[in-house]
Amino acid sequence: MDKFFSQMTEIFATPKYLGEFLDGIWETAYSTVVSTAVAFLLGLVLAVLLVVGDKDGVRPLPTPIMKTLNIVINILRSVPFLILMLFVLPLSKLLVGTRIGTVASIPPLIVAAAPFIARLVETSLRETDRGVIEAAQAMGCSPFQIVWKVMLPECRPALISCFTTAFITILGYGAMAGAIGGGGLGKTAINYGYNKYNYAVMLVATVLIVILVQIAQSIGGYLAKRADKRLR
Amino acid sequence: MIKLEHVSKTFSGQSEVHAVRDVSLEVAPGEIFGIIGYSGAGKSTLVRCINLLERPTEGTVTVDGVELTALAPRQLRAQRKKIAMIFQQFNLLMQRTCLDNVCFPLEIAGAKKEAARRRGMELLELVELGDKAGAYPVQLSGGQKQRVAIARALASDPKVLLCDEATSALDPQSTRAILRLIQKINRETGITVVIITHEMAVVEEICQRVAILDSGSLVETGRVEDIFSNPQTDAGRRLVYPDGVALEELPAANVVRVAFDGGSAYQPLVASLAIDCGVKVNILGADTRNIDGKAFGTMLLGLPQDPAEAARALAYLRGQPNVTVEEARDYHG
Ligand SMILES: Nc1ncnc2c1ncn2[C@@H]1O[C@H](COP(=O)(O)OP(=O)(O)OP(=O)(O)O)[C@@H](O)[C@H]1O
Ligand SMILES: [Mg+2]
Repeated sequence: MDKFFSQMTEIFATPKYLGEFLDGIWETAYSTVVSTAVAFLLGLVLAVLLVVGDKDGVRPLPTPIMKTLNIVINILRSVPFLILMLFVLPLSKLLVGTRIGTVASIPPLIVAAAPFIARLVETSLRETDRGVIEAAQAMGCSPFQIVWKVMLPECRPALISCFTTAFITILGYGAMAGAIGGGGLGKTAINYGYNKYNYAVMLVATVLIVILVQIAQSIGGYLAKRADKRLR
Repeated sequence: MIKLEHVSKTFSGQSEVHAVRDVSLEVAPGEIFGIIGYSGAGKSTLVRCINLLERPTEGTVTVDGVELTALAPRQLRAQRKKIAMIFQQFNLLMQRTCLDNVCFPLEIAGAKKEAARRRGMELLELVELGDKAGAYPVQLSGGQKQRVAIARALASDPKVLLCDEATSALDPQSTRAILRLIQKINRETGITVVIITHEMAVVEEICQRVAILDSGSLVETGRVEDIFSNPQTDAGRRLVYPDGVALEELPAANVVRVAFDGGSAYQPLVASLAIDCGVKVNILGADTRNIDGKAFGTMLLGLPQDPAEAARALAYLRGQPNVTVEEARDYHG
């Protein structure tokens, strides 16, 4: 216990640690924002395909295509993140030239999160009022217009919530990535905490992650609520 | 304007549902045409066949001279801009303001934003909601939402307006207001209107012709006066006289339709008829409302068999203020 307190004091007294944590926060924020942005776009496109291409969607696609899409998404979703990450790291090497560091963890994060986001967004899009879609069809909207002008805008609040959830999930994945060479607070916790028996560092890193999650959730919740014109 | 030829729609699921069976009908330009029938009769399916939201399994649909059933998707979408539709649940875009809702069809058609907004405001003024332009649908009452939906429907200058139970979610006042509005628009623009409803009062109020749908089949078509005073089929009679009056079994000879126009309430009238001239009449059907103690609406009265008594009753009725009487049907023999 005494050791823990002395470690704690050391953290706040030593600039080296402060720098470490600041770097960790920056790397985590950076890789999470970039991964979420790209994964969300990918997921959104997949979700639109899933909903629109359904056999009673607004633009049904051939059943084999839909089946394949569903199977691929399910497989990617069922592989545990750490294992998927190991599989995708060669892709990182190809794309960004390294398997280690913050940037290297971005491609695996995207591949892991996009299918999950696709399902999340799919559920939201399916909740678009059928009557409203029919009204749009009756007005002569094309399938593209229905997606772009009806489904997505009508689901905006739900999409913001999906984005928030995606962001938080990727933040968690990113911390795990720290264990196998990724950057960020996860790496700080493992390298300076766990590996050196410094539990104070682990605790501080964890608290920082929790705080980031809370901030993301609050902002996301606020934006979703503000965007919803049904709540006034 | 609208021509359905042998239209059938069968839903195939676990069991087949014949929602519409071999319906042929024609709606003239500028007409307000009603389609009535009980729940599940296939009214919604039939009206959705007109703009091909539901593709008929058999038959052809022609609107404004174009056979819709023969068109490719892109051409169909172009034709649909001429066929507006309003719904029981309004189906407004909840995340758009009223004005943006009204502008939606114009946006779809690629109109300039400025011009679209100007036209949108005009339409909102027309439905008397100019002050709600910036409001969101959630802030409106049902009647107001339906008016926004009507304004939106008119935005693309359609030739046909399809109304699927457009007033069924509204209270009587809003229903009247919406019907008046539809009537006014019909008179001013000559738009052809098809009204689907299970409420007789709606048909009576504004339709010129009416079709009766029963289990997917069209059993009667004709002028509203004719069908309402003299339905030819069982289904027609059940709809027009929902309280189960079987006209054949009544001892009445002459049936008269009495329309109240804000005079005395009808119960006292029937009572005073008995007291003042000693004639008993049967109320065969009534659709009247008492507003501030004044009666509005119509009532079907069965007059007695005896010609002299019937004549006395008729004379008495005709003498009443704010009441118009017309003979609806002769039941001799
Ligand atoms: N998409 C569908 N799939 C299968 N059956 C359907 C479908 N739509 C309607 N039906 C069936 O077709 C029949 C007619 O339905 P429809 O909605 O046209 O009736 P309706 O006259 O409009 O009734 P209501 O007054 O209750 O609206 C019903 O038996 C209904 O169950
Ligand atoms: Mg219906």
